[in-house]
Amino acid sequence: MEESHASAEQTASEYIQHHLTNLQVCRDHGEWVWGHCAGNFMTVNVDSMFFSAVLGLVFLFFFRKVAKQATAGKPTKLQAAVELVIGFVDGSVRDAFHGHSKLIAPLSLTIFMWVLLMNLMDLIPVDWLPMAAAAVGVPYLKAVPTTDVNVTFAMSISVFILIIFYSIKMKGFVGFTKELTMHPIAPPTKGIGIVFAPFIIAFNFILEGVSLLAKPVSLSLRLFGNMYAGELIFILIALLGLYQLPLHFGWAVFHILVVTLQAFIFMMLTIVYLSSAHEVEH
Amino acid sequence: MDFVIGMNLLAVALLIGLGALGVGIGMGLLGGRFLEGAARQPELAPMLRTQMFLVVALLDAIAMIGVGIALFFAFANPFIV
Repeated sequence: MEESHASAEQTASEYIQHHLTNLQVCRDHGEWVWGHCAGNFMTVNVDSMFFSAVLGLVFLFFFRKVAKQATAGKPTKLQAAVELVIGFVDGSVRDAFHGHSKLIAPLSLTIFMWVLLMNLMDLIPVDWLPMAAAAVGVPYLKAVPTTDVNVTFAMSISVFILIIFYSIKMKGFVGFTKELTMHPIAPPTKGIGIVFAPFIIAFNFILEGVSLLAKPVSLSLRLFGNMYAGELIFILIALLGLYQLPLHFGWAVFHILVVTLQAFIFMMLTIVYLSSAHEVEH
Repeated sequence: MDFVIGMNLLAVALLIGLGALGVGIGMGLLGGRFLEGAARQPELAPMLRTQMFLVVALLDAIAMIGVGIALFFAFANPFIV
């Protein structure tokens, strides 16, 4: 491996490439191999899976612990923090969601806290976790799961499935198809114009289809792009030697805003999309 | 191959630069409107600020998708062997 304390012959480009490579395991001709997974479909990014699972469990553990020991008399600081978060998510859901659902508030809380925790991994200094992993013999480690496009697409595709499920559940299959084909131009049903109806329906379907598909794609690429660019800038600043310290600090302070904002936006857009999936006309 | 690499760099620069240009103008307008609204009704400033951040993140998305594609071409261009 090219990154080790013994050889200081690593170029800047190799350093960057090393920090942008996931720990991959893939099935090559029936055998599970570590690395050399370019172009292989049966590949698992082990580091992203590990960190996202661990952070999800951390979130669940702390929130459950606070919920079990919640007291109105003398709340602990952790309980106060958790109450703050839950109050914030509750307020956001009440503002933006105009339907009846038992799923939306826990879903929003999970999305917000999980994305926030995964994004906060970006604030750990660039070399610490990969060096610790290299000491144990793990060649590559990317500590921030949301810089992995697979993780963000997994979350947004799950939200997309929920959007379609609730659209069909609330409006029926017919209503859902009507929404896709009869908006924005209502096809004429009487008179001579009926000849044009198939073309108008096709046109509507293309417009609405693109708009529907843009939701999960933009949701995931927004989060991925922000996090990937942030991590890349951290890595680039780390190449500057001693001058990195003030720059790292400045960028990290700005990145705290970006991290929280992106988690909030993911949650907010999920709520808005699910709200429009729940709304039945007339 | 040199030509492809050169054009690749140009494409990356255009993607990032034009995205930044559009978003910069948009955010400037947005910030200006927010300041006007907050000056007009200071008690609404927190609510307006929340909505402004919402729109900021949506604008960021477009720039970021451009940056993401640009970085993909910068580091893993499929046309360069």
